[in-house]
Amino acid sequence: MNNEEVKKLHEPLFHIEKRGGVSKKKAWGIRGIGILVAVVIVSILAAIMLQADPFTFFGKMFEGAFGTTNRIWNMLRDTAILLGFALAIVPAFRMRFWNLGANGQVLMGAFACTVCMFYLYGKIPLGVLVPLMVISSVAAGMLWAAIPAVFKAFFNTNESLFTLMMNYIAESLVTFTITVWVPNGSGSLPPIIPGGLKLFDNAYILPILIIALLTVGMFFYLRISKQGYELTVVGESENTARYIGINVKKVIIRTLAISGAICGLVGFLLSGCMSGTINPQIHSGYGFTAIIVTWLAQFNPLVMAGVAFLVIFVNRGMKSGIKPAFGLTTEAFANIVTGIIFFCVLAFEFFIVYKFKYRSDVEEKMNAFKAKFKKKSAAKVATEATSDGVVASESASEAAEKANGAGDAENGENAAEKATEEVNKEEE
Amino acid sequence: MENTENMENMENSENVERKENSVALELRGICKYFGNVKANEGVDLVVKKGEILSLLGENGSGKTTLMNIISGIYFPDEGQIFIDGKEVVIRSPMEAFQYRIGMIHQHFKLIDVFTAAQNIVLGIKDGSRFRMKDVNQKVRDIADKYGFIIDPKKKIYDMSVSEKQTVEIVKVLYRGADILILDEPTAVLTPQETQKLFAVLRRMRDDGKAIIIITHKLHEVLSVSDRVSVLRKGKYVGSIETKDANESILTEMMVGKKVELNIQRDDPVNPEDRLIVENLDCMNREGVKVLSGVSFTARSGEILGIAGIAGSGQRELLEAIAGLQKVNNGSIRYMDPESGEEVDLRSKTPVQIRDLGVRLSFVPEDRLGMGLVGSMDLVDNVMLRSYSKGKSPFLDRKNPGALANDIVTNLEVVTPGVHTPIRKLSGGNVQKVLVGREIASLPKVMMAAYPVRGLDINSSYLIYNLLNEQKRNGSAVIFVGEDLDVLIELCDRILVLGSGKVTGIVDGRTAKKEELGLLMTKTVGIYEENQKAQASEESNE
Repeated sequence: MNNEEVKKLHEPLFHIEKRGGVSKKKAWGIRGIGILVAVVIVSILAAIMLQADPFTFFGKMFEGAFGTTNRIWNMLRDTAILLGFALAIVPAFRMRFWNLGANGQVLMGAFACTVCMFYLYGKIPLGVLVPLMVISSVAAGMLWAAIPAVFKAFFNTNESLFTLMMNYIAESLVTFTITVWVPNGSGSLPPIIPGGLKLFDNAYILPILIIALLTVGMFFYLRISKQGYELTVVGESENTARYIGINVKKVIIRTLAISGAICGLVGFLLSGCMSGTINPQIHSGYGFTAIIVTWLAQFNPLVMAGVAFLVIFVNRGMKSGIKPAFGLTTEAFANIVTGIIFFCVLAFEFFIVYKFKYRSDVEEKMNAFKAKFKKKSAAKVATEATSDGVVASESASEAAEKANGAGDAENGENAAEKATEEVNKEEE
Repeated sequence: MENTENMENMENSENVERKENSVALELRGICKYFGNVKANEGVDLVVKKGEILSLLGENGSGKTTLMNIISGIYFPDEGQIFIDGKEVVIRSPMEAFQYRIGMIHQHFKLIDVFTAAQNIVLGIKDGSRFRMKDVNQKVRDIADKYGFIIDPKKKIYDMSVSEKQTVEIVKVLYRGADILILDEPTAVLTPQETQKLFAVLRRMRDDGKAIIIITHKLHEVLSVSDRVSVLRKGKYVGSIETKDANESILTEMMVGKKVELNIQRDDPVNPEDRLIVENLDCMNREGVKVLSGVSFTARSGEILGIAGIAGSGQRELLEAIAGLQKVNNGSIRYMDPESGEEVDLRSKTPVQIRDLGVRLSFVPEDRLGMGLVGSMDLVDNVMLRSYSKGKSPFLDRKNPGALANDIVTNLEVVTPGVHTPIRKLSGGNVQKVLVGREIASLPKVMMAAYPVRGLDINSSYLIYNLLNEQKRNGSAVIFVGEDLDVLIELCDRILVLGSGKVTGIVDGRTAKKEELGLLMTKTVGIYEENQKAQASEESNE
């Protein structure tokens, strides 16, 4: 029995193998396939559930996101806000401090801002009030993040649970205060500053500008500042940090203070700039969505901007495009679509690190098929975007995706869970 | 045909022996690729029954990959495996057991709160009714047969390292393994324990088992094995009967060229007291005393070796000096060679020590977990020590970049570039970067814990040379080592730690290995002292 025969008899059909290394181009190609797969699955679902053809469906989605000037402004502003959340948690995450409390920290920032507005608006000039609002927001967010940080630094408490719990305290505190401020029992506070603060008579430009500056700042903070270097060392190995004489406690608390301060600022943008009021869900659950954003972007603030844009595009496309166009009354379909898209995107991250290696005879057949397919498509001069030669046909990539579902179930499930959670938290 | 038969008849006596020594396991043309890395490329290997085969090769030569293929953890990309002459396919560790292959890993895979017997039977499904009494008896039978000393009812957490290893070996024997693979079994043992292990291995060989042993230590290869097979860069170099081999032949096979195996040892020049440690007591985080009354002096221009069984307080001692371990009692003093002043180092943080102008370098045992940051590139790792210099809030990567380039050129670090994450480098290259960085600060005291652990021969000798260079430059070098042969060859004096106490300081030029081994196991341990302290506390109550 020769070697080849043995292999055919006994070698498994395929096994998963680590890639030797992937060029950036190829990595983006793989991500592109992920999105393509998502598009295919969503099209099939849309056809079954809404009797819509893919072109109408995605056309409506784009219309919902970019259809009018107002919608484009909304897109950009929402992207900025989500990116703000992500910028806030990124230094903490880089330090391996799982700050799940961005929602609460933002809420506390918004709360402090609203307190200033509630008691002082109209009584002191705006030139004094606005700086006061900013300072108190930042201070409140900082404080809310510093509490778990202190406990982590001195008593090594679990930061994930601690920050998560702090969210509920913040939400309840706001709910309670609103019932005190608004005794009629409606539970909602009418805008104190109608329409919020404006710059150049434009309600959108202020948050976008602030977050844009913050993005660049955070990029350089993490990349070339000593503090950014220190927090990376602490995150990678506390022992190394101790060994070279970094004060680990100080770095933990300082980093979380920065994280909280940015949250506070986002809180100011939400309540002071955009709504002029507060509600316990003003954070829209973005604190959790931001986790996906930071991870997908691998903690790079510039890439985070792109990811945040994609997330908001899906959100808004569903909300203002698909929902009214197909007369949907609930968020259910939007949730399904969002879940599928994130599942595919996250699942395909797996293929950047791993690949399938098929049994030699199967591989030969596949190569032959590929060659045939290439000839055919060349003849047809297909305009369809080719997939960088990673997997030649859509059907192949789809099969791979299905198989991958098992291998990367945890990742995918998490993504779907988080995505659904995030949409659930969405108000309005 | 007739001719051969004749010959066989003529060599009848040898033929009988050959039959007995029939091939247990044969590999042909095994290949395994990880991406672009060829871990194994056309490896052939033969192990006979009743034979101890040493598998020799430098780090990254593919030994572990090959053993993982045999034990079913990896599936080979190409090649065939024969057991007792029949071709087999091993798809999982369970299947490997069915072919009576048992692997004893370097890192034990035991459950601490279970007894020896419970660990041994864990995971066995033979369908028969399970009686602990029978298990204990069977374990004892195996132990008696091969001369193990094992108490089946003893809990793992009460065991020493060598006892744990015994449990691992009995575990595979219990499953009826006829082919045993031991991955660096002597790395954690004292010379005496190693001799006992070898005696057991020889007895198993005489019982007809096939044994493959992976080790780095050439003298062990020569003393225990019958045959040696050598791998180099994933390829099979060849096999040699141990009786025809010596250290330099084996090294040449491993490295591919002749290597000078002598460690240079100059006489110390003008030794002065540089670091004086007196009556040092330390406790670990659990409040257990790990160092007790440790006193010694490290002198300039001298290498002070520290020997001891793993976990005898070596780490705590170095960390106490470096300001990373709380000191409960005693003093650590540094004599400044320039001003001649005495500096108290006790209970100072690493930053305070640096600010006092004490030039202390420390190569810790845990390279990637303490000395370096795995995910950062060479430049960022080189600047770990110096990044905080200057008032600017931003990093200066220019000087560290130049230093990183210097280290790469001078120490022949193999890396795609200075911006490669250090985790991707091989063990030897990682260590070169770490030692290079620590030497760059021109230390007056240089401490190195197990600096050659896991390194290939070339890199090991490079590190010894670097330490010798520091010695010539007038540093006080403290070298914690595990290979007693190396300690005896390299060090001027050797301090032996036994359970946290100094059990002896001997001259490296006259020391004998057996003497060191005895000092290492001398039981004037802290354990008894702790017991006593507890007893007196109880009586006080």
